[in-house]
Amino acid sequence: MQTLSKCHAETADGLDYPEGLVHGLLDPGCATPALVAGPKGKAADMRFNVYRNNVTVSLIDALAAVFPATMRITGETFFRAMARFHIRNTPPTSPLLFEYGRDFPDFIERYEHAQSMPWLADVARIERAWLDAYHAADAAVLEAGRLALIPPEQLGDLVFAAHPATRIVRSAYPAVTIFSANRASGSVGRIDATAPESALVTRPALEVEVRLLPPGADIFLGRLIAGERLGSAAATASTCCPEFDLAFAIRTMLEAGAVGAIQHGG
Amino acid sequence: MSQKSTINAAVLAGAVAAAVSSLALAAPLSQEQVKAAMDAGKEKCFGVALKGQNDCAAGPGTTCQATSTVDYQGNAWKFVDGGTCATMELPDGRKGSPEALSRDLPS
Repeated sequence: MQTLSKCHAETADGLDYPEGLVHGLLDPGCATPALVAGPKGKAADMRFNVYRNNVTVSLIDALAAVFPATMRITGETFFRAMARFHIRNTPPTSPLLFEYGRDFPDFIERYEHAQSMPWLADVARIERAWLDAYHAADAAVLEAGRLALIPPEQLGDLVFAAHPATRIVRSAYPAVTIFSANRASGSVGRIDATAPESALVTRPALEVEVRLLPPGADIFLGRLIAGERLGSAAATASTCCPEFDLAFAIRTMLEAGAVGAIQHGG
Repeated sequence: MSQKSTINAAVLAGAVAAAVSSLALAAPLSQEQVKAAMDAGKEKCFGVALKGQNDCAAGPGTTCQATSTVDYQGNAWKFVDGGTCATMELPDGRKGSPEALSRDLPS
């Protein structure tokens, strides 16, 4: 994949056909590969540039489709310029376009011209998590009735199976509020939020759901998803956050379908 | 840190009971109910999905789910309740269809 974004000092001679064709494909500063020629062996720089342009534009379009709220915040011109830089640095490694863009939030965090929007990368992280949840495998979620049947003395040792769609995105900024406002139809209006926010992204059935997690619930659910026991996850969250509300966190977990079946205990 | 610590069993039981009872009031669909609803006749409906939200089919060369690129794209479909597809009212007089449509195709 390196040949996609770099011109080599040496010629492309030892490369096979596909490697030769993608040689410098994403960098307009590279010479047209020698194996690309027009009829009667004429130079084909303009023809190759059309192909080059299609590759870049289609990848920018893919990022725009995965990160619509991010683009709404930056505006289309800014977003497409930023996406072009990212594509040249980090071309896709999978032929499936919906897999692309996992490194884009980190790129946004470092991107010089996005430094005035420090929350932008976290909004992009929620958007990438949204698409991962959308394409995750279907799986049953833990039902409230099942949990209600567990004898009280066994609750602390319960371990739940992770649900394939569940993602938690922690932010030092009000990223969930900004994400929600920019994904909703209608005008965004004034966003008046300053507190750090964590997002819970789930897909209990067909629809992806994004929720704002109250303080401590992100730690509690993160530990549960990592396979920690219910009692120990609750204790950790209580220790970290004095305002942690265990009943509300369990309710959110059940309502959102954040975990799968009971794996151990019960 | 507090790796070994756990929470008081009575506190945990109280929290679970409170969570379950508050949820029972909200009464969300269970997994079985969702499945039953699907079995009871969801149907494919073309031309109703917002861009990127189709369940499948959006023209040649795509990878299917979530690949439609315009709102209400005519060759992309979404699961809807059986019988509601053709009656669905969309902006500017559009209607859904059980067959692929030629309107709103990406340019």
